[in-house]
Amino acid sequence: MSLLALSDVTIRYSRLTAVRDVSFSMDEGEILFITGPNGAGKSSLLRAIAGVTPVAGGRIDLAGHEITGQAPENIARLGFSMVPEGRDVFGSLTTEENLLVGAGMHARDRGWRSRTADELEAVYATFPMLKERRHGQAGLLSGGQQQMLVIGRALMTNPRLIAIDEPSLGLAPNINDQVYERLMALRAQRQLTLLIVEQSSARAMMVGGRMILMRGGQIVLDGDARTLGNGEAIQAAYFGYEDH
Amino acid sequence: MLQILFDALSLGSLYALGALGIALIFGVMRLVNFAHGDVIAFCVFALLWPSTDAMAIVFAGQLPWYLLIPFVLLCGAGLSVLCEIVVFRRFRKANPATMMIASFALGFVIRYFLLMLFSSRPKSINLLPELSQPVEIFGARLPLLQLITIVATMLILLGLTVFLRRTRFGLEMRAAAENFSMARMLGVRANRVIMGAFALSGALAGAIALIFVAQTGTADIQMGAAIMLMAFIATVIGGLGSLAGAVLAGFLLGAASVIMQVMLPIDARPFRDAFVYGAVILVLLFRPQGLISARGTKERV
Repeated sequence: MSLLALSDVTIRYSRLTAVRDVSFSMDEGEILFITGPNGAGKSSLLRAIAGVTPVAGGRIDLAGHEITGQAPENIARLGFSMVPEGRDVFGSLTTEENLLVGAGMHARDRGWRSRTADELEAVYATFPMLKERRHGQAGLLSGGQQQMLVIGRALMTNPRLIAIDEPSLGLAPNINDQVYERLMALRAQRQLTLLIVEQSSARAMMVGGRMILMRGGQIVLDGDARTLGNGEAIQAAYFGYEDH
Repeated sequence: MLQILFDALSLGSLYALGALGIALIFGVMRLVNFAHGDVIAFCVFALLWPSTDAMAIVFAGQLPWYLLIPFVLLCGAGLSVLCEIVVFRRFRKANPATMMIASFALGFVIRYFLLMLFSSRPKSINLLPELSQPVEIFGARLPLLQLITIVATMLILLGLTVFLRRTRFGLEMRAAAENFSMARMLGVRANRVIMGAFALSGALAGAIALIFVAQTGTADIQMGAAIMLMAFIATVIGGLGSLAGAVLAGFLLGAASVIMQVMLPIDARPFRDAFVYGAVILVLLFRPQGLISARGTKERV
């Protein structure tokens, strides 16, 4: 059974249809890139899965539960962890407090305190610079550091699937490389399932994995990133068939 | 001189606690709760037995202080949470202006409910009379009550700070105040945080009610509105949503009122409030974002 399944999902903002009848599914351990030009509906799709944007039609299932129309906090409890566009660190909280917000929802579980401490150490081991700044205000971290913080924060929720919306946004290319390097190391280490939204498909082709290309609120291509990248179909799909 | 300082601090305490009650709720749901003043009035009347006589029949107010204080705090928290569940929950997705108007309406409902039970005549109550005795500190004679007001306010502020900084629930509230939907995506329960904010705000209303009744010795259904206005101004000057700002501005307003009362020429004193509000306008002209701007409400790039 797939971990995440969308069937015929439609999202509307009043009269504008942002996403129309999108269906796809993801298996545990998979890495999936959703790419496409601005306004293709990629972010709307992620926000709908997270439960912060309502869907106008269709159905979303996560880990065997229907989550269409569920509250974001309940979807998070099923193991969906979102890293939104623009990162959304809690700027007035310290770095460590940001990480702890993510762990809070499991507080009723047995052994939560020691598990949270272990998890915190694990995140600090992956991102040592977060440990250095652990008592500093998160709002004062640089863009790259904030990106690492929100990835760490997502890890603290003990997720089954991490969705990241445009991790490259506003980052220098070398910082962006670092972010991806850590992300891929984490993925290998923990068998993370990753759903990554990027405007450009270059990164997907570099990293590999599955890629879905969206345009005008619909899926136009779905396949292996490297195979798709070598074909001409991708350029046609990206810029639109009518341009040819 | 010491007398002026204590007057300023004890008046500022009332405004600061009131402003805090408004800022707490604004922080988590962008609601300016104008019903807050009427929750304060409700707490005052909770001390009395319902009657429309001019003489107050003190009922719960006769409890010993260690029962009286929790009782009034619980009344405030209870009514405040009830308001959230019955009214504000329906407006959560509405825009802030709609919510604000709903809070006005709710405030009137509470006020007229009290009017029905108690009539509109102010009543005198003598709450904890032993507190009005003066004490001598550094050669100045101060009412014991003023001292207790200031100490109690400091304890409340300290307790609240520890709560927000050191507990998991406090952490969730701070996260939610800054970015509500992100907090929810991390599993923070919206209802829990909002009800918690209402409960805290209501308990603060209870504390204000106690202090106010003990100071003035009267119960008046209009009294909540008067404190509410000052408290609201303090939250705006402090920077809407900033808790520290609300407290700071509350004390500043208290100080400004007391200092003007003393410094203004005798003829101008009846117009003291006009001067206070004039100063408020000046502050807002120079710092429209408030003294301490809340990070959560800043625009994001």
